[in-house]
Amino acid sequence: MDGRDMINVKKLNKSFGDLHVLKDVDITVKESDVVCLIGASGSGKSTLLRCLNFLEIKDNGQIIVEGEEINAESHDLNEVRQKIGMVFQHFNLFPHKNVIENIIEAPVHVKGISRSQAIKEARELLGKVGLADKEKVYPSKLSGGQKQRVAIARALAMKPDIMLFDEPTSALDPELVGEVLATMKELAEEGMTMVVVTHEMGFAREVADWVVYMHGGRIVEVGHPEEIFENPVEERTREFLSKTF
Amino acid sequence: MPSLSHVIEVFFDTYDIFLKGMLLTLQVTAVSILIAIFIGLFFAFLKISGVRVLEWIANAYIYLVRGTPLIVQIFIFYFGMTNLNISAFWSVALGLAFHNGAYIAEIFRGTIQSIDKGQMEAGRSLGMSRVLTMRRIILPQAFRRALPPLGNQFIIGLKDSSLAAFIGMYELFNVATTKGANDFDNMTYLLIVAVYYLFLVYLISALVGLLEKKLSVSD
Repeated sequence: MDGRDMINVKKLNKSFGDLHVLKDVDITVKESDVVCLIGASGSGKSTLLRCLNFLEIKDNGQIIVEGEEINAESHDLNEVRQKIGMVFQHFNLFPHKNVIENIIEAPVHVKGISRSQAIKEARELLGKVGLADKEKVYPSKLSGGQKQRVAIARALAMKPDIMLFDEPTSALDPELVGEVLATMKELAEEGMTMVVVTHEMGFAREVADWVVYMHGGRIVEVGHPEEIFENPVEERTREFLSKTF
Repeated sequence: MPSLSHVIEVFFDTYDIFLKGMLLTLQVTAVSILIAIFIGLFFAFLKISGVRVLEWIANAYIYLVRGTPLIVQIFIFYFGMTNLNISAFWSVALGLAFHNGAYIAEIFRGTIQSIDKGQMEAGRSLGMSRVLTMRRIILPQAFRRALPPLGNQFIIGLKDSSLAAFIGMYELFNVATTKGANDFDNMTYLLIVAVYYLFLVYLISALVGLLEKKLSVSD
């Protein structure tokens, strides 16, 4: 857990109109860390995540990715985003492309690797997420859990250094949550650096290296899972957790 | 009313001249719709560009087309173009394209904007540029969604091409009115030309339906 810094966020602020969603947020993610962001809806955790790959552009503050401060004005964000994979709550698979086409789209058209090579790598990834038999299937024929696992494979196909997960199991039927969490856990065990916005406290407790509790656009408390879940320092964290369990 | 047997008899006596007219109708419709699709896409992009001046230009164009009769537009193209030494065929084709382009622009704008914004975000999160995501992810989906209303617009375009008769192009409708006037038998020829139009509309519907089916493999 003393790897190099992958992400440093310093005094990050973000507003939507009059709504101040992120207030002086500081956070550091080190290599191979799994960081779980928890907190109520509207606490800013998803916005923070989306700022990390510049789907939202910060108002001010610093976002440093692998040692380099990134600004929307001076950097090619398309290049930065290749290093940062993202998995969405609603999967956002490309519905007009089948599973394997979804996965090879960006490697072929962004990285420019050959189609045959991309397919070879995509098949490996599909095997890894347990969907080797689904490569020719269209997303509409998959269950939610399968869709999300394809989405994870699609993000991994770009060989990112960091993976962001935005409530990856919130849109799933309860019985499908486990398969997605298992895939994520496997990824964590392989040493992937992960930032996960989640309501799955069980996952946070078991897999996270750090749990970050956010409230009202601020980070209230950061700690190892056992600290946060067994013995939170802040009253507001305690309150939130007592409502959650 | 002419008797059915009379209409059928005239139908078979005159099919060669009607087929020539039909060919011209098909040509002018096909050319105008092809151009209209490009015009439509272009103005749809202007409308969603987020640049106020470009949106204003697109809106002005659509307002002009919607606010004036097609026959006026065709005449303006025809008389405007004669100075440029452009044939009647091309002035009608361009007039129809100019007209249908506005409606097709609205169709494309609507379907592009109807694609879930998560699709653009997914593309961007993979490192794809805005243009690449538009081309590879959004437009194929938007085009599929646009097919039924596009098919409608093609049918309207086909029928509107009959206005070319008024600038002397010898397409289907002109064949019918000319023959009807010569033979003092208007009704017979109008009924016959209606059958030709029905057939062409059926053809377009079937082709669009086929395309829809082909693109629905992902459903």
